Amino acid sequence: MPNTVKKTTSRVLMTSAELRRVLARLAHEIAERNGDSSGVVLIGIQRRGPYLAQRLGQALEALWGHAVPIGTLDVGMHRDDLDRRLAPEIFTTHIPFDVNQKTVVLVDDVLFSGRTTRAALDSLNDFGRPQRVQLAVLIDRGHRELPIQPDFVGREVDTTKSERIEVRLREESGEDLVSLEVL
Amino acid sequence: MNWSRKHLLDIQSLSAEEIQLVLDTAKAFKAVGERAIKKVPALRGKTVVNLFVEPSTRTRISFELAAHRLTADVVNFSVESSSLKKGETLRDTARNLEALNADMIVIRHSAAGAPHFLSRVVNVSVINAGDGSHEHPTQALLDAFTIREKKGRIEGLNVTILGDILFSRVARSNIWALLKLGARVTLCGPSTLVPRTFEQMGCTVTHNVDRAIEDADIINLLRIQHERQRKTMFPNIGEYTNLYSLNKTRFARIKPDALIMHPGPINRGVEIDSEIADCGRSVILDQVTNGLAVRMAVLFLLNGGKGPGELGV
Repeated sequence: MPNTVKKTTSRVLMTSAELRRVLARLAHEIAERNGDSSGVVLIGIQRRGPYLAQRLGQALEALWGHAVPIGTLDVGMHRDDLDRRLAPEIFTTHIPFDVNQKTVVLVDDVLFSGRTTRAALDSLNDFGRPQRVQLAVLIDRGHRELPIQPDFVGREVDTTKSERIEVRLREESGEDLVSLEVL
Repeated sequence: MNWSRKHLLDIQSLSAEEIQLVLDTAKAFKAVGERAIKKVPALRGKTVVNLFVEPSTRTRISFELAAHRLTADVVNFSVESSSLKKGETLRDTARNLEALNADMIVIRHSAAGAPHFLSRVVNVSVINAGDGSHEHPTQALLDAFTIREKKGRIEGLNVTILGDILFSRVARSNIWALLKLGARVTLCGPSTLVPRTFEQMGCTVTHNVDRAIEDADIINLLRIQHERQRKTMFPNIGEYTNLYSLNKTRFARIKPDALIMHPGPINRGVEIDSEIADCGRSVILDQVTNGLAVRMAVLFLLNGGKGPGELGV
């Protein structure tokens, strides 16, 4: 087969400093929305949501003066396309607290079709019945395929469907950088 | 990496990376089993057929429960109640199941290679749940999972498999898996049941049980497979027990952190002393728990791979 090399161009959406400011603002918005902080828990959606949830948790702890419970959720077993693709790699789901009657803030890096969020809501259901669920995302890139919308958005980005948002976080890549990859 | 195989027929053809992927996936499914709601919708609408042409209780129940916990529908098909008794061929039985739109067939058969044959004649995922004396891949995967869970690694460990190796599909699958994952494997038992030919696979063979267990990190005991032995392979059970069973005297001499495994069913007082089977270093019941998780992982992985393979979010 001929080896076709596709040129990829990349545009920076958020530098490390910008990411820090965006997360600080998101934490303030979460705090503002949830006057009673005692029932708020954060759950990061694998793969990068957990890192963002950790950082938001630290910012919220500084604002509220108490620790915020943090969990991680993998949605691989709840996807709606499991028989149409290779089986996804499954990462840790760890929710070390009771979600019943809590305000769960789901944290994800990129909101796109909304299918991951749907799967996350489905999966969360197996752990209990939260009082309410809110959604915080770093990037909303549009192209929703389901009636799902975020409560807290780091930045809205206009994209075409073939473009890709690359989120690099220092916890796994050694640096913070969000960019738009144009194929 | 992602799983791209349609069938799980044996361990021999798997790469170390593929084995690790099953173990990693099984870890997530083990966590599901520890929740209040032990079920996920991953195989909703799929039909899994347990085609057990050779009787089995624990493996069949484990696969059945695994399929239920993935929300699949399960049909159990045993030889006593089937048309195989009336002379239907395996191929025809399988094609009938295919015509009912089964998505996966879990097969146990007394003939080595039956699952491989089946995978060539039907367009359904086939899982080998034990074929003759050939392989029992999910048993090896659950054993590897248990070792990795308890010891944190497999590479570099000394694993001794003690008992009836010749007739054991568990032994063959375990040998392949453990060697691929970097363990050192020692086989021990009467020379009639542990022929030197196994050295060609890369194992150490010894007929001296004390030597076999002294450095072992894992001692995996196998039952004597009376049902597969066509002639007497050793004088009598009493002699086997004297020479090869894990009794209290031998147990006192093994490494203090060595773990005892057994795929079941146990013959208490034959290959293992009854108290040792129940002691804190026996992980026999962990193997059962982990078997469920590993089988969920296998069903989950085989369910994918039918599409173009794109990994969009």
